[in-house]
Amino acid sequence: MTSSSTATRPKVLIDGNEAAAYVAHQTNEVIAIYPITPSSNMGEWADQWSSEGKTNIWGTVPSVIEMQSEGGAAGAIHGALQAGSLATTFTASQGLLLMLPNMFKIAGELTATVFHIAARAVATHALSIFGDHSDVMAVRAAGYGMLASGSVQEVMDMALIAQAASLESRIPFLHFFDGFRTSHEVAKIEQLTQDDMRAMIEEKLVMAHRARALNPENPVIRGTAQNPDVFFQARETVNPFYLAAPTIVQNAMDRFAEVTGRRYHLFDYVGAPDAERVIVIMGSGAEVAHEAVEALNAAGEKVGLLKVRLFRPFPVETFVAALPASAKSLAILERTKEPGATGEPMYCDVITALVEMGVSKKVIGGRYGLASKEFTPAMVKGVFDELKKAHPKNHFTVGINDDVTHTSLGYDPEYSTEEPGTVRAMFYGLGADGTVGANKNSIKIIGEETDNFAQGYFVYDSKKSGAITVSHLRFGPKPIRSSYLIDKASFVACHQFSFLERIDVLKAAAPGATFLLNSIYGPDEVWDHLPRTVQRQIIGKKLKFYVIDGYEVAKQTGMGGRVNTIMQTCFFAISGVLPREEAIAAIKHSIEKTYGRRGESIVKKNFAAVDAALGNLYEVKVPEAVSSLFDIRPAVPAAAPDFVQKVTAKICAGEGDDLPVSAMPIDGTFPTATAQWEKRNIALEIPVWDEALCIQCGKCVLVCPHSVIRAKVYDAQHLEGAPPTFKAVPARWKDMKDRKYTLQVAPEDCTGCTLCVEFCPVKSKTEVKRRAINMAPQVPLRESEAANWDFFMQIPDTDRKVLSLSQVKDVQLLQPLFEFSGACSGCGETPYVKLMTQLFGDRMLIGNATGCSSIYGGNLPTTPFCVNADGRGPSWSNSLFEDNAEFAFGMRLAADKQNEYARELVWRLNAVIGENLAQALLNAVQKTEQDIFAQRERVQELKQKLAGVNTAEARDLISLADALVKKSIWAVGGDGWAYDIGYGGLDHVLASGRNVNVLVLDTEVYSNTGGQASKATPRGAVAKFAAAGKPVGKKDLALMAISYGSVYVAKVAMGAGDMHTVKAFLEAEAFDGPSLIIAYSHCIAHGYDLTYGMDQQKAAVNSGYWPLFRYNPDLAAQDKNPFQLDSRAPSIPLKDYIYNETRYTMLVKSNPEHATELLHLAESDVASRWKIYEHMAHQPMNGGEKK
Amino acid sequence: MIDLSKTIDLSTTYLGLKLKNPLVASSSPICEDVGNVRRLEDSGAAAVVLQSLFEEQIELENEELDRFITEGSELSAESVTHFPELTRRVAGPEAYLKHIERCKQAVGIPVVASLNGSTKGGWVGYAKQMEQAGADALELNIYYIPTDPAVSGEQVEQRYVDLVRAVKETVGIPVAVKLGPYFSSLGNMAGKLDAAGADALVLFNRFYQPDFDLEALEVVPNLILSNSHELLLRLHWIAVLYGNVKADLALTGGVHNAADVVKAMMAGSKVAMMTSALLKRGISYLDTIATELLVWMGEHEYESIRQMQGSMSRRSVPQPAAFERANYMKVLSSYSMR
Repeated sequence: MTSSSTATRPKVLIDGNEAAAYVAHQTNEVIAIYPITPSSNMGEWADQWSSEGKTNIWGTVPSVIEMQSEGGAAGAIHGALQAGSLATTFTASQGLLLMLPNMFKIAGELTATVFHIAARAVATHALSIFGDHSDVMAVRAAGYGMLASGSVQEVMDMALIAQAASLESRIPFLHFFDGFRTSHEVAKIEQLTQDDMRAMIEEKLVMAHRARALNPENPVIRGTAQNPDVFFQARETVNPFYLAAPTIVQNAMDRFAEVTGRRYHLFDYVGAPDAERVIVIMGSGAEVAHEAVEALNAAGEKVGLLKVRLFRPFPVETFVAALPASAKSLAILERTKEPGATGEPMYCDVITALVEMGVSKKVIGGRYGLASKEFTPAMVKGVFDELKKAHPKNHFTVGINDDVTHTSLGYDPEYSTEEPGTVRAMFYGLGADGTVGANKNSIKIIGEETDNFAQGYFVYDSKKSGAITVSHLRFGPKPIRSSYLIDKASFVACHQFSFLERIDVLKAAAPGATFLLNSIYGPDEVWDHLPRTVQRQIIGKKLKFYVIDGYEVAKQTGMGGRVNTIMQTCFFAISGVLPREEAIAAIKHSIEKTYGRRGESIVKKNFAAVDAALGNLYEVKVPEAVSSLFDIRPAVPAAAPDFVQKVTAKICAGEGDDLPVSAMPIDGTFPTATAQWEKRNIALEIPVWDEALCIQCGKCVLVCPHSVIRAKVYDAQHLEGAPPTFKAVPARWKDMKDRKYTLQVAPEDCTGCTLCVEFCPVKSKTEVKRRAINMAPQVPLRESEAANWDFFMQIPDTDRKVLSLSQVKDVQLLQPLFEFSGACSGCGETPYVKLMTQLFGDRMLIGNATGCSSIYGGNLPTTPFCVNADGRGPSWSNSLFEDNAEFAFGMRLAADKQNEYARELVWRLNAVIGENLAQALLNAVQKTEQDIFAQRERVQELKQKLAGVNTAEARDLISLADALVKKSIWAVGGDGWAYDIGYGGLDHVLASGRNVNVLVLDTEVYSNTGGQASKATPRGAVAKFAAAGKPVGKKDLALMAISYGSVYVAKVAMGAGDMHTVKAFLEAEAFDGPSLIIAYSHCIAHGYDLTYGMDQQKAAVNSGYWPLFRYNPDLAAQDKNPFQLDSRAPSIPLKDYIYNETRYTMLVKSNPEHATELLHLAESDVASRWKIYEHMAHQPMNGGEKK
Repeated sequence: MIDLSKTIDLSTTYLGLKLKNPLVASSSPICEDVGNVRRLEDSGAAAVVLQSLFEEQIELENEELDRFITEGSELSAESVTHFPELTRRVAGPEAYLKHIERCKQAVGIPVVASLNGSTKGGWVGYAKQMEQAGADALELNIYYIPTDPAVSGEQVEQRYVDLVRAVKETVGIPVAVKLGPYFSSLGNMAGKLDAAGADALVLFNRFYQPDFDLEALEVVPNLILSNSHELLLRLHWIAVLYGNVKADLALTGGVHNAADVVKAMMAGSKVAMMTSALLKRGISYLDTIATELLVWMGEHEYESIRQMQGSMSRRSVPQPAAFERANYMKVLSSYSMR
């Protein structure tokens, strides 16, 4: 590396996504995007840069456009390329698969482009958002060049090399790197300059690309249909291009070396020149192997590593030439699984290459790191050790314990290659407390202020409320290749005291490490409040122990509950990585950079927090003996069932990596009703029932997003043995006056959102702030209320058959079959999901589109969908993001077909069954709870009658008898699905006339992937991909569905009309055809205190923004107007609704004039839409009355 | 027909500015729109006081923005953030300052900026910026509700005085102070402000007092437009203060017709400020008032506004006691006798 070549390049601390997006944005003109984890950030960066007016190397701002799906993005890119632009896109996983047909076309037409891929597992038995190569391997037949990067620096470099090589070779490229591990790892890298990029992108090639474009000035036709006579020959015309491509890539790499000093090859060999054992690997795993090989070489082992950069076109000769001649055995390591194949793809390529070149070596192949499974130097050593054996295991796995087919290799997990001079720090934070952000700033400070190399990686758990974040920071004088989590930390900080009781935060602390704890207890009293495990490790590992009351400092300095900058300051002070004054100045500078746009006062209060921190930091004198009387709580209680104990509990405790293959269900099937065992205790305050004030309306039960408030009406006899603080009062039901009523809160499952308190309609006559349900600190109530909850749960549920399901008051008594999900505290979606399960859960199948609802509904470790006392409950599955309506539709087809066949069998077996029962089964009306109950009884009787009949038909009918009970089929998902990616399918299902119920949880944004705009995003709201405020109005999905005339459609908002919502669900389900419910769902992505979520729903309706209505085709059949407008004309100005939310006020604050323009347009949207609805509501019907 | 506007001089001075008449649009949301400011000028307003810039509101909005952007972040690996980066730095006073500039470009009449600060630094800093943006004068809208029983009347008064002094030291343009009526000794307070350098006292601020919603049992903000009855309190105090302070006096609150304007002038006010009347009847109502004012003055043979200013102040009336407590007693007794 020449000094002159690096002197002008800035060192930046960025992640892999930003590195790829940087080059892509600089070297393209058109960028079509669609969010999918973990690649979304690339699109977000590109969009942001373009909205800020950043230009590419030709001085023009690239056009960035969000599409409705990855399929759409690929189509748009194909078109842009055909029309002569330099165009790119970013994606991962299923998104890449959706692009596949276009990719074949783009490659077949020899079109230069680079797709940047944050490689991610393709969903199989389960969805995973994490990194592996199954997506890129699934598309390897498309004819794209495939170039792999293993580190953030390589991502930036290869992005450019791929761009240059694609333009020259005319072969489109996939440039891929490992999702999360590289896409989200922050590292210090050298940033390429515009000059570098200009030097790499040849003008004449850009001209040539443009000259090939479709152009009416010089018209050609492309994309013809060809017959058997010529297709084959035409397909072979591309061969010279593929043959030339590897050389072109190498030339680009050589040119890149001249420009930047960093030299790459198609295959880069690392290790002993006389290595006998060689690992072949690509992606971030190559960095891990690099670190391990260097350590093993230093220990005298003759091992080596071949890093694969260019995987397609696979250059056979170059590959063989790159291997040291001394190599006797090779292990091909792959981050993908191809079931049924002779081996994973690269293994097959290597075997073929060796055979074709007439070279004989021992070759084994194996899998590692699927879905971001940790891959460490210890595992690399395990593979090298295996290669030493006379008969090494082939088709192995490493990193797991495969006790079923015994593929896994053993290794010594204690083997470590961590560089002694590298500082390794871990920080435990609470989601949304700013810990991750502060750590990202710390890395930048260290990277920018010192000569140190720096790396940051951030791990989140799968809950959106009370989530734990773990930041892994490394920095030191040597380059950091450690693409794996820290397990020997020299510094551990715990930013939330309560974590000590939940997880073993000191597990990874190395002997002699420093431990910093945010503690309300001072240095003299903290010891007695630590669990035994923590005390034992502090003593045993001789940790230096510091405490600070970060909460108090935050309070004093106006930071509220945010301790991030305070803890960051302490970290710098203790670690001594920078001189104290210098560190504080650097922290303040980074605060200015991070928060400057949010206003001077924000910067100032952060400064105040920094200044106040160190005066409150104390070292703790560590006692000599463990003295605590308590320890880390078990992950699940002893009463949990076997599977939960053996599997779920391990995952909850963060020990899922230790589970063997045999512990896992073979086909992705899991028991439901497991969330009840995961007592998370995350609420600081919980609601407490004031039974004297309560009017038993059930509204608190209805709105509770986590189903932690329950009500029952029951006979007094069940109170026998009640705990002393258990509350019960006479039921306020006319026909149940003599019974008891209890409202009970689950203290350990509540998230403390306070929606219930805010929605309670009762106010004390003597002190209006007091409601019939009020918040109180959880800790003093935890034990007594937990006992009350347990007692409450064993009281029988109120008989559904006596309840009026259209009354909110009665609905509260229905058992929710969806409870304690990991959704955000105060979630606006889950109350609807819960209501749906209360009403129909015991006979429902749910197809759930990927998104928030599939994550809180189906992300391990625990499942919120649960069962009633009879063991019945929702059966749930997630297919994909884009196909959910079709998926649920398929369920309907199966249910209907099974019902039809079962009915035929009942006919055929009439004699055996008996005329009366058969007729009753066939003619059953299943409209009410009583009807359903009666049919279930009949089915039971049928099964008993058939039990002794040994004929094929009887056996058939027994297996299908349950299909005679009406099934409730629901497609559930968010607006991203229903308005955008899944709209085509949804439209088709709505048009089908079949009885599928669709629930759209409309948060008006892609919530799960981090707030990107959808077609449901309203005009004027700020979202990602609409940073300047969405310029166009929200799609009226309801009106589109109404246009069929045969679809039940309702627009609901629980906060504005709880009874209306319940009615809509009942009518939708009762309607014998497709139904669509669009449910206003407040969301953390709207940016306000979700305590007021239901108030905001009311404001949305009162402003006319979200009119409530129902369209019921059954009414038309009765000559009545099917459209019923259920809310009143707008009574408050639109701005009184929208300006309560950050998504709108962000624009008001940052661009007030544009905000005003959009407000006026949005106001006219509301007015014109209201006119349309009002007109529809007043349409006279044939013979019907005018409303 | 005689053109009264040529024979009667409506002009006045206020804050050292020469105004064509005493009709001034008081600080209100009407002035948030440059078009409205223009309409005010077209309808005859001699000056406008822009809506207030609230320092506390700027800070609160920034706090909320920061809080909710942060609360929506670091929740999961997929949604590390929920909002895009702000495309620009949030507006602090910039939008307001730009508004001053625009208004100055749009109209020829003086534009008075109005400021409600929450910190000393804020008062001084924003005042300076308003001056730099081109405001012809400042009106300090000291809207302070002392709910803390530990704070004494002296402390509150000192706070006002300190503020006025600090702002006066910072800016070169005239500074008016808008006051509420709730001082134990308003005359004394006015004297202190006068001494601190206030160029005008604007009497009185109307506080938006919260109301109760009896159905929802909620405290709700309440905005009731003023009526002519509210004029009386102002007339009273302007009449009392007239001649006792160097500062100009301005009447705001309860001016609804030409007669109200005349009364304000006679009490000793330099200008009569209006909002409610314009909200009720439209901006063009100013023109009507100006015409009626001319007519009234013509009928009563007044030549100029200056002539009548202070003519019925406490020192100019034959029975100053009418402004003292005895008046109250008399009214009550006359009421009971009716």
